[in-house]
Amino acid sequence: MRVWISSPARLAAAAAALLAAGAALAQDAHRARNLAATCATCHGTDGQARGEMKVLAGLPAEQTVAAMTAYRSGARPAMVMQQIAKGYTDEQIQAVAGYFAAQPAPSPRR
Amino acid sequence: MDTTAAPFGRSRRRLLAGSAAGLGVALAACAGLRAGPSPGRVVVVGGGFGGATAARYLRLWGGPVDVTLVERSPQFVSCPMSNLVVAGYRTMSAITHSYDGLRALGVKVVQGEAVAIDAAARTVRLADGALLRYDRLIVSPGVDFMHEQVDGLAAALDSGRVTHAWKAGPQTAALRRQLADMPDGGVYAISIPPAPYRCPPAPYERACLVASYFRAAKPRSKVLVLDANPEIQSKRALFERAFAEHHAGILEYRPNAELKAVDGLTAKLEFEDVTAAVLNVVPPQRAADLARSAGLVNINGRWAGVNWLTMESTALPGVHVLGDATFPAPLMPKSGHMANQQAKVAAAAVIQLLQGEAVQADPLVMNACYSFVTPQLAIHVATVHRYDAAERSFRAVPGSGGLSPAAHALEGLQALAWADNIWADMLG
Repeated sequence: MRVWISSPARLAAAAAALLAAGAALAQDAHRARNLAATCATCHGTDGQARGEMKVLAGLPAEQTVAAMTAYRSGARPAMVMQQIAKGYTDEQIQAVAGYFAAQPAPSPRR
Repeated sequence: MDTTAAPFGRSRRRLLAGSAAGLGVALAACAGLRAGPSPGRVVVVGGGFGGATAARYLRLWGGPVDVTLVERSPQFVSCPMSNLVVAGYRTMSAITHSYDGLRALGVKVVQGEAVAIDAAARTVRLADGALLRYDRLIVSPGVDFMHEQVDGLAAALDSGRVTHAWKAGPQTAALRRQLADMPDGGVYAISIPPAPYRCPPAPYERACLVASYFRAAKPRSKVLVLDANPEIQSKRALFERAFAEHHAGILEYRPNAELKAVDGLTAKLEFEDVTAAVLNVVPPQRAADLARSAGLVNINGRWAGVNWLTMESTALPGVHVLGDATFPAPLMPKSGHMANQQAKVAAAAVIQLLQGEAVQADPLVMNACYSFVTPQLAIHVATVHRYDAAERSFRAVPGSGGLSPAAHALEGLQALAWADNIWADMLG
């Protein structure tokens, strides 16, 4: 970085590269957000669930991944989650889990 | 939470902006939508499961995107859970919700009826003459009825003697009142139209819940299900079991019983007439009037075709269509849950399109639909749909989805919790 700043042309190139990387990251962030939003219908916006539904906001990613993987294999019993988990790939589960882990855990349960 | 701005943290933004002239404009575009001028104006027509969710997520995800929601009713009344009201197990207030949560989020809620769309001028005209300009329009207009397919139906519904209760609100309350007023020993008949119609399992759920009510309150009464279809259209085995285990002696199911005409409280079928004490006709359905008059209906003369990556109409550029009005992808039900999921695909895409960005190439949507078979026991069907680039449509993910093994009280509790969560997800 320090070397690049000496040349205006290189600076522009560096800036363009950063912008491109930023756009790619932004796209990825939207993707995780969008995938997680498929869960929000039952588990609350950004995982802030109400009532009987499991709160996903603030759950460590490993925990969500472990639960989804166990639902998918049938190791963990469930009414509906086994059927839903089978619709998500490993990579999609990772993305969703990462998104919920980054959400603030709800304060007292409503 | 601020994922939009995350890729360009504050410090990096300062570094670049301070060291290179001319980057300011590009950076402002990338710095996220949290501050600065609105990237565009979005009008959403229809405040049901699709439209309200779209309006809310445009604000949650799109920062200063200018969002106006046009809805003819002052409050939202939910079709899901309305069968509990019909059968007397919930009140209207339990399924009625305010739009204040959307207002608090910055959505301009306009009570009115959209009557015309000018896709070239990018305007929506309301019944009162008001003209709303948009950069992108989202319509989630629901269904309207094909009255002309059943002789006498329009007049019967207008008279108030026959109800549909297939749009929640006054119709729901009216059917409840008729059932409450019906003397013991009467027949409640529900006519189901040929598929496709809004919410495939709902007529069977309604029949079950009314049968439960009759068993408890009017045990000499009957429920007669007149289904135009050759068999139960959703959760068939589970409903058949519920009919036999919980509603035998009260509920009678007749397949291939298409309604031809209505005369008073008499339902005229092909080979017989049935006179009921309470006649409830679920009419044949198509995309709502606005979709038709605006030229959005381009499939089978009934439904609106969409590009599934964006939910943009295949007929009118700049207009996105959600929910029951759309021609569905394979195995995709006309449900509130699905409309909520489609709304998020549309909201994300609209925000990106307003900024000239690429939209997500591999969206996913899912559906979980609960039906009560008694006031306590419920069953479900679930599906997950992944975008298939080759088919340019959503496809059910092989091996995913399924049905309840049996009706369960835990699923009844989950159904109620589902409702609380989806209402909050769409309305705040």
